[in-house]
Amino acid sequence: MELKLILEPLLFSAQKPLTAKELREVLANAATAEDAGENTKLFKKVKEEDVTAALEDLAREHETAARTFRLVCVAGAWQFVTQPEYAPWLKAMVGVKNRPSRLTQAALETLAIIAYRQPVTRAEVEQVRGVNVDGTMQTLLERGLVEQSGRAEVVGRPALYSTTVLFLEYFGLRGLEDLPAAEELRRIPIEKPVAPITADAGLATTPPEELQQLSLEAAVPAKLEDSSAAPETTPLAG
Amino acid sequence: MSEYKVQFEVFEGPLDLLLYLIKKEEVDIYEVNLTKLATQFIEYVDLMRQFDLEVAGEFLVMASTLMYIKSKELLPVDQQAVVEEEEEGADPRWELIRQLVEYKKFKDAAAQLQTLEERQENVFPRLPGKIEFHEEAAPAKPEVGIFDLLNAVNGILRRFADKTASTREIYEDKWTVSEKIEFVRSQIAERGTVRFSELFEKAANRAEVVCTFLALLELIRLKQLACVQPEPFAEIEIGQPVASAEPAAETSAPAAEAAVEEKSEVAALEPVIAEAETEASEADEEDDDDEEDDDEDDEEDDGAEAEADDGQPTT
Repeated sequence: MELKLILEPLLFSAQKPLTAKELREVLANAATAEDAGENTKLFKKVKEEDVTAALEDLAREHETAARTFRLVCVAGAWQFVTQPEYAPWLKAMVGVKNRPSRLTQAALETLAIIAYRQPVTRAEVEQVRGVNVDGTMQTLLERGLVEQSGRAEVVGRPALYSTTVLFLEYFGLRGLEDLPAAEELRRIPIEKPVAPITADAGLATTPPEELQQLSLEAAVPAKLEDSSAAPETTPLAG
Repeated sequence: MSEYKVQFEVFEGPLDLLLYLIKKEEVDIYEVNLTKLATQFIEYVDLMRQFDLEVAGEFLVMASTLMYIKSKELLPVDQQAVVEEEEEGADPRWELIRQLVEYKKFKDAAAQLQTLEERQENVFPRLPGKIEFHEEAAPAKPEVGIFDLLNAVNGILRRFADKTASTREIYEDKWTVSEKIEFVRSQIAERGTVRFSELFEKAANRAEVVCTFLALLELIRLKQLACVQPEPFAEIEIGQPVASAEPAAETSAPAAEAAVEEKSEVAALEPVIAEAETEASEADEEDDDDEEDDDEDDEEDDGAEAEADDGQPTT
């Protein structure tokens, strides 16, 4: 019997999301049962990587079949979940999920910086955001999305912060490598372009009145460009 | 002014405001005209003042940075004052743009997280009801006696018989009964029931087997475990006692007392223990005197040693 075929019903009736390790243990336990058949014994020594590979295979299969539910791995544990588009009916049946209120823009930005740059000090977060983050950090800590994970080996030994397992669960992520555009946002330095940065330095002396005039002029062609980009509106009506 | 009222947005900080201004200009961040931006930024800060909004210090810092950049551009390069702390080639314009680009990327990442957050609200996990199984038929031979256990442990010890026949190892006492009690408990807590042989799977030598076995006896005596044989001649299984499924709370102190009381029961095991401990015994006797002083606070350890000592005189 194929490994993934055994894993599917296990996850189907599991009371909680199961990790590959837990599934492997189930397989091993089944193989050592008194009345274990030949079939069951085959999977006694199955490796964790094989279980993971089979699970991924199974998840792909579900995706290809375009079922209304799918197999996902959240924070390392596998489970079946419904596709989001069926939420209205599910909500009618089981009620709205008991979730804390949505995160504010400030909290999301702070969380994004911590998630990609962890472990990170508060000062580093503030440097990227350009504002004080004491309040938002407190909220994130209280909600258990972020935790103190150590102290930086610099003067003052400031606290380092990292995201928690709850963070992964809250956003439905498999792991930190599952973050969108993870590679780009980690520690890669931003390259300085070869071209001059300021296009028109001469404008430095422009008096404010004239500048307002300029920005008004700039706004008009922008408008025209907008309308021509969307052909269903009357082009160049003005 | 009225048009501003409509447009007015709450910004997360000076960088957010700058990004907004750049977006309004519809230019690439790298090509933005910073001097023009400076003027707009300061206008905006003024506006915030007019609306009696509390202008955060960060906005003023940014305004001054922008003014600095602007002032620098007013002067020809050869007349510019050289700022000492500023390292060679550090360009405040570039520094600001780098910061803006970085912030923009994280702002985008935050937007993606927000999408995920909304999606996750609409994802429902499968939560099956607990599957109820009928209790398996009552074990045919629920009680396992001391001699059954002894037979079983002798079987395990046979594994080491060959290895120790020709060579003798001298080693320090790596295992304590209290440690093994923890091990057995964690195994049971994790898996419910454990087969007898599984407890000894990882044992490296006789002394470790004996330690684990003593731990097992101790837990059985304290009624924290129960041994059952599912059917005649089947392997002994160790699980939680039927009466109270709740594992008792930490009982390190009673365990130590019990260890002393238990002498009579342990006496039955002496031949087994003695056999295993022959090598270790000399080393033990030497160490014990010193260790007892050190370990006074660790009652469990002493108890374990007391048990080991009981075994020794018969050698």
